Amino acid sequence: MSLSVLYDAPGPKTRRWSVIASIGGIILIVAFFVWMYLTLAAPRVNANGAAQPGMFDPSRWDIVALPDLWLSFLNGTVATLQMAAVAAALAILIGILFSFGRSSRYAWVRAITGVILEFVRGIPVLLMIFFVFLVFTAGSYWSGVFGLALYNGAIIGEALRAGVKSLPRGQREAGLSVGLTPMKTWALIEFPQAFRQMLPIILAQLVVLLKDTSLAFIVSYPELARTISLNRTFFGSRYMFTLFVIGLVIYLALNLTMSWIARFVARRSGPRLGKALPNTPRQTGIDGTRAITLPGRGFEPPDPPH
Amino acid sequence: MDAIIDVTPAYFAGFLMTLQLLAISGVGAFVVGVLIATMRISPVPSLRVFATVYTEVLRNVPLLLVLMFCALVLPILGSDLDYYPLALIGLTAYTSPFVAEAIRSGFNGVPVGQAEAARSIGMGFTQTVTLVVLPQAARMVVPPLINVFIALTKNTSVAGIFFVDELFKQTDAATRDNPSSVILVLIYAALLYLVITIPLGLIAGAIEKRVVVMR
Repeated sequence: MSLSVLYDAPGPKTRRWSVIASIGGIILIVAFFVWMYLTLAAPRVNANGAAQPGMFDPSRWDIVALPDLWLSFLNGTVATLQMAAVAAALAILIGILFSFGRSSRYAWVRAITGVILEFVRGIPVLLMIFFVFLVFTAGSYWSGVFGLALYNGAIIGEALRAGVKSLPRGQREAGLSVGLTPMKTWALIEFPQAFRQMLPIILAQLVVLLKDTSLAFIVSYPELARTISLNRTFFGSRYMFTLFVIGLVIYLALNLTMSWIARFVARRSGPRLGKALPNTPRQTGIDGTRAITLPGRGFEPPDPPH
Repeated sequence: MDAIIDVTPAYFAGFLMTLQLLAISGVGAFVVGVLIATMRISPVPSLRVFATVYTEVLRNVPLLLVLMFCALVLPILGSDLDYYPLALIGLTAYTSPFVAEAIRSGFNGVPVGQAEAARSIGMGFTQTVTLVVLPQAARMVVPPLINVFIALTKNTSVAGIFFVDELFKQTDAATRDNPSSVILVLIYAALLYLVITIPLGLIAGAIEKRVVVMR
């Protein structure tokens, strides 16, 4: 079984070399983590000579037993998910509006949508959240939601537009020729196909949105990242490392789950080999060199700009 | 209008800092990204696994936490760096898996027949990659790579939270100093970001169009 067309199935010599290289690699990586663990666990000595316990010392982890800590992290997680869910729904809605405006019959509608889109896509999400917060005095929750929804909506809109553009011309012509208005053709024929085709990219973008809720930190929304720093003020900065590790693990669990769901849906509903439409934009990983795609892994959505 | 003139020196300094962050961590992320991408196609399993885990972890952690890691854990590990180099390290680390994925998708975009043809006329791994796949992949990699750098431009703003005096931090300060013209000051900053991102986007679009014609 060959994993890749780039090289042959390895012979005995190469296999031996590969095993040696693998073991060497594993030793290096393990050594690095052991060093990291030992350095973190070692007691630290201050500038004034006072020794502090290492990062894995029980005195830094005793807060783990407090229910209040977990309650605060639970609240933070719920706050993050609340913001992400509402922002995601709004982002898809805004994306549909954008893509609708961009494929309008009227040049001026296309132009205006284009300018707004470029503006929204080109500035940092952080600035956008800040903008909504200060200019519309929307409160921390809604400024986070609107900032994220606008920004991600613009990206989803562009993906949908690319999807519509990649459809065969006959789809639109068929719609028009059976007497549908251009708007109905777009809504009933072009858009549903584009949406389905672009679903992997949209879902991947929603993972980015979930990650970016951490930026609502700036407007003091009590989401996960804010929870870390709130707990730090509450419990004292000697627990900083502990709190950071807990936050990191929660974020990883949330985002990896979302990523896996996105990948699962992409594999089930994404464009497939043979069924794929012509001119599918940047469709990768299906019939490419499979330089890296290991067997058994289906379509992976290309990365959206994060 | 006075506010605009008042904030211009600070904005200019912040803009230069943002460009610096972009340039240095951009180059860093490119180098690390190429390394990771190479590891992912290498025939050595342990390197492949390492590269995959590296990509998966860093892609699923918010940038804010990556920078927190740099500001918090790296000093414990023995670095006595300032916030600026720490922000550079964080941005580099956060961007590198995205670079690697862009390169990977470019590689996978080369039709499999190309590699098969190269192999069937007797080329080895190195020849196939450097003479046949890489030249074709390079063209397809450029547009997504530019998109990664556009994202990096926008991400540099997060470094502002960690005491680096870049454009977003200057904006934050400017809104507090000029409460009567907040909108003006914010739009000014937005335009400065657009000065970087829109040309980059246009370049990506132009290259993408040319690549499409050639295929």
